[in-house]
Amino acid sequence: MMRFMLLFSRQGKVRLQKWFNAIGDKERKKITRELVSLVLSRRPKMCNFLDWKDYKVVYKRYASLFFCCAIEESDNELLALEVIHRFVEILDKYFGSVCELDIIFNFEKAYFILDEFLLAGEIQESSKNKVLRAVENSDALQEENQEAEATRSILEEFGLS
Amino acid sequence: MPTVSSRGDAMRGLAVFISDIRNCKSKEAESKRINKELANIRSKFKGDKTLDGYSKKKYVCKLLFIFLLGHDIDFGHMEAVNLLSSNKYTEKQIGYLFISVLVSSNSDLMKLIIQNIKNDISSPKPVHVNLALHCIANIGSAEMSEAFGQEVPKLLVSAHASESVKQSAALCLLRLIRTLPDAMTYAEWASRVIHLLNDQHMGVVTSAASLIHTLSQLSPGDYKGCVSLAVSRLSRIVTSTYTDLQDYTYYFVPAPWLSVKLLRLLQCYPVPEEPAVRGRLVECLETILNKCQEPPKSKKVQHSNSKNAVLFEAINLIIHIDSEPNLLVRACNQLGQFLQHRETNLRYLALESMCLLAGSEFSADAVKKHRETVINALKTERDVSVRQRAVDLLYAMCDKTNSEEIVAEMLAYLKKADYAIREEMVLKVAILSEKYASDYTWYVDTILQLIRVAGDYVSEEVWHRVIQIVINRDDAQGYAAKTVFENLQAPACHENMVKVGGYILGEFGNLIAGDERSSPLVQFNLLHSKFHLCTPSTRALLLSTYIKFINLFPEIKQTIQNVLQNDNQLRNADVELQQRALEYSQLSSITSQDVLATVLEEMPPFPERESSILAKLKKKKPASVQAIEKEEEKMKKSPPSIENHVNVPKEVPANTVSRLTISNSVDLLGLSTPPATPQQSTNSLLVDVFGSVDQPVAPKPESNISKFLFKNSGVLFENNLIQVGVKCEFKEHTGRVGLFFGNKTGNQLQNFSASVSMGADLQGKVNIAPQKEAPTQIDGGAQVQHFVNLECITFFSGSPNLQLRYQHASTPQQVTLKLPVIINKFMEGTNMPAADFFNRWKQLGQPVQETQKIFQANHPIDTEAAKTKLTGFGMSVLINVDPNPDNLVGSGIVKTKTSQIGCLLRLEPNKEAKMYRLTVRSSVGEVAALLCTMLEEHF
Repeated sequence: MMRFMLLFSRQGKVRLQKWFNAIGDKERKKITRELVSLVLSRRPKMCNFLDWKDYKVVYKRYASLFFCCAIEESDNELLALEVIHRFVEILDKYFGSVCELDIIFNFEKAYFILDEFLLAGEIQESSKNKVLRAVENSDALQEENQEAEATRSILEEFGLS
Repeated sequence: MPTVSSRGDAMRGLAVFISDIRNCKSKEAESKRINKELANIRSKFKGDKTLDGYSKKKYVCKLLFIFLLGHDIDFGHMEAVNLLSSNKYTEKQIGYLFISVLVSSNSDLMKLIIQNIKNDISSPKPVHVNLALHCIANIGSAEMSEAFGQEVPKLLVSAHASESVKQSAALCLLRLIRTLPDAMTYAEWASRVIHLLNDQHMGVVTSAASLIHTLSQLSPGDYKGCVSLAVSRLSRIVTSTYTDLQDYTYYFVPAPWLSVKLLRLLQCYPVPEEPAVRGRLVECLETILNKCQEPPKSKKVQHSNSKNAVLFEAINLIIHIDSEPNLLVRACNQLGQFLQHRETNLRYLALESMCLLAGSEFSADAVKKHRETVINALKTERDVSVRQRAVDLLYAMCDKTNSEEIVAEMLAYLKKADYAIREEMVLKVAILSEKYASDYTWYVDTILQLIRVAGDYVSEEVWHRVIQIVINRDDAQGYAAKTVFENLQAPACHENMVKVGGYILGEFGNLIAGDERSSPLVQFNLLHSKFHLCTPSTRALLLSTYIKFINLFPEIKQTIQNVLQNDNQLRNADVELQQRALEYSQLSSITSQDVLATVLEEMPPFPERESSILAKLKKKKPASVQAIEKEEEKMKKSPPSIENHVNVPKEVPANTVSRLTISNSVDLLGLSTPPATPQQSTNSLLVDVFGSVDQPVAPKPESNISKFLFKNSGVLFENNLIQVGVKCEFKEHTGRVGLFFGNKTGNQLQNFSASVSMGADLQGKVNIAPQKEAPTQIDGGAQVQHFVNLECITFFSGSPNLQLRYQHASTPQQVTLKLPVIINKFMEGTNMPAADFFNRWKQLGQPVQETQKIFQANHPIDTEAAKTKLTGFGMSVLINVDPNPDNLVGSGIVKTKTSQIGCLLRLEPNKEAKMYRLTVRSSVGEVAALLCTMLEEHF
């Protein structure tokens, strides 16, 4: 089971955090602070895994962003690395060559995508197409809403509602 | 304007706010901007104008963004909850996101939230159901478990739910089970859940496999049917081509996620017994190993990673099975190739997996062939985490033949090792050098070198240990004295060296005193030259060395007395030093040479004990303990090394001196292990019996039998008329129950009768015979006795009934009680060494023989109290078996007339979570289940 996933920039700014079990806010901040500085201090070419406290940490850098997750002792490190990669692929396809800014400005979307992909720290759907379809379906619902919204506000403007 | 997703510019205000924040030049500017925004949102939420859904959504989303930046958010929860009931999907979605991320900080809205989730979970729209399920899974609180524990599994096995709903439901359920494991095992759903492994939809199977994995760990018996299904599903995957599985093929590897999950699931169970299933499983594993030899289908790292992920998991399963020598050796060879792979990740994992293979008798030799490669890794790897793995593996593969080389390499590496791992390395070197020493000079040299190279990381256990061994080995003493003397001559030597040197010269300095280069005075001056540089504890030790010198070398008595009587000592601010100096100087001046010689005689050999260093390593690295334990078992079989001669408790040297003041050998031996407390239960019940006399307690009928689980006597029942006391004795399968009926009134209780009866469930299982007829009346204020003999024929659950009837003031009274005759009363504790325990534990490995419960602690977690309870329960608490000192293991035998039922128990507290995991194994599954249930509520 994955315990948590963090996305942070090379400057150490956290862009996305997902915690799969109940940890207090203070503890989260502490873990984040320590882990971010630990990962940032590692040189490229080093192994992507490290033992840290009770966690096995698996991380990988994609352009300016570090994707970092903590898994349990009995979990498979290589597969966790591919969980990260698949997530990146999904983001990439969804945003169209994703960059850090996409995740900053559409953080809520990133969370929605993650919820379709991972749930309770386990992989829910490993098919890229199926995850994207689920997210796009809910986007479609959003657009329907927006159309309704647009019409309504025009009506309101004209005082016709 | 920064790039904003082209997909519907949903919340313009949010995007503007985010870019404002990004444009802030300083932390202060950012805080200012955020506070402005918070004030704005607050006024909007408080304002008279009701906000429309869109604005609410936008503001809630801004709050969320601010929270994720690391600021506290103390409002807006209500608005978010309002969004949940919006009929617009996107508003609902933001509401749920906010709740999922921030709910813990404000839970008085929980009822409302749960109500909203209830509405959505029963919605006809799958997207709404999914949102609700995701939210439950994200929050995963106990409240959620209680509210939806029944609802979610229905969705999972429903014929109508869509695939995506089933996937979410499976993982959502998994999260709820993790939160409240004992509330839900879903035995009644087991067969339907297991069959999800056959589902057409690979996504459903993947989610379900995670769920089944957890359920199998919690209640293996109910889910063992999954083994054959998992094997056949796995077999279909590994034999498929990469085009078969379409979307589920990942870089030419068919369904790696599902494969790994299935391989992990199979590690919950012993090897399947049916030859067909077993054969198929072995075939799968062979196929996976074969595929690694094939040329890669892609050069992408994703291809090799996912292929190897499956391979490593297969190797884990092969190690778990541990009975297929061919597969084990093949696995080892495969890992050997990875040891030299250019990918750091693979080298790291290969070292890690090989550590496990080193523990299997079939592959241990194959692992040892890679010694040079591993030593090379230690020297050349650039990444400390890889080097750490190499150290672990070297430790695991060390044996008599290669120990000198491995220890030498580890010592060499220690000089440049990272600080974080030095202490652990020191422990490992100390253990290996002791375990495999064929001659003591090597051992002594190694430990002294450890102190030289990494003195700061040499813990007390390590230097205590070398002293213990030297004291117990006559042939090592002269060499040790000579070597420490030489080491002390270094201009700067570590304080630990002074301690070891001081102690050893104090005992054996005479062995080298013949040489004038190390004459008594030279030895003394050498030690005393270090005295002022040392901490008080070392100085105290040196003072003891000095008094020992007075005995060994009367010729330097005067010199030493001068030191002892110096004001620096006699008026030292440190009380311990002052006292020692005073007492030693008195001792040396008052007593005769004979008395002095007796008091300061050479230390007697230490009794044998488990190495305290090993215990320390276990404590430090519980994860690696299994490998070490296997190692230990092997050691016991192999010819004796020093370990078998000397096994000593820790803390000894530091305490040596106290014998002068206390002259008590108990303290000398430093019995650091807390004494077992079997007596405590009897003490406490005496208190209980007496206490209840003057404290009017009125236990409810029948309700207090559970307190007798841990004791044999006490007040069984009391009201304002009568008190019933009980005192039981049990021996093997027989017992005697003494009942004491006390009349609390001034009048006679008439028509008294006391009859013991058994429910249908006890018939034939327990025989009961009263020794005499029960009394028929009890005088006012009097107490009468009544004894009942009983015999346990076979295992039973429940307890016999005691029915009392009597008449008081012409009113007939009737009371029915449970007698505290419970199955555990027929249990006797058995002591056994760790190795036996682990053997038996393994033998009772079938799922039906084990019951495990995970539960919230009902009492504060206290190891000693728990020990007392277990002892009172009838188990022997085994010391030094479980590497984690917080965990308790116990064993006992339930003795009935017809059979003897062995029971083993393990109780693991999680202090942080205030939870326990209790595992009971027994040759009879029912007994395990019953004992587990009985104990659960008492911890």
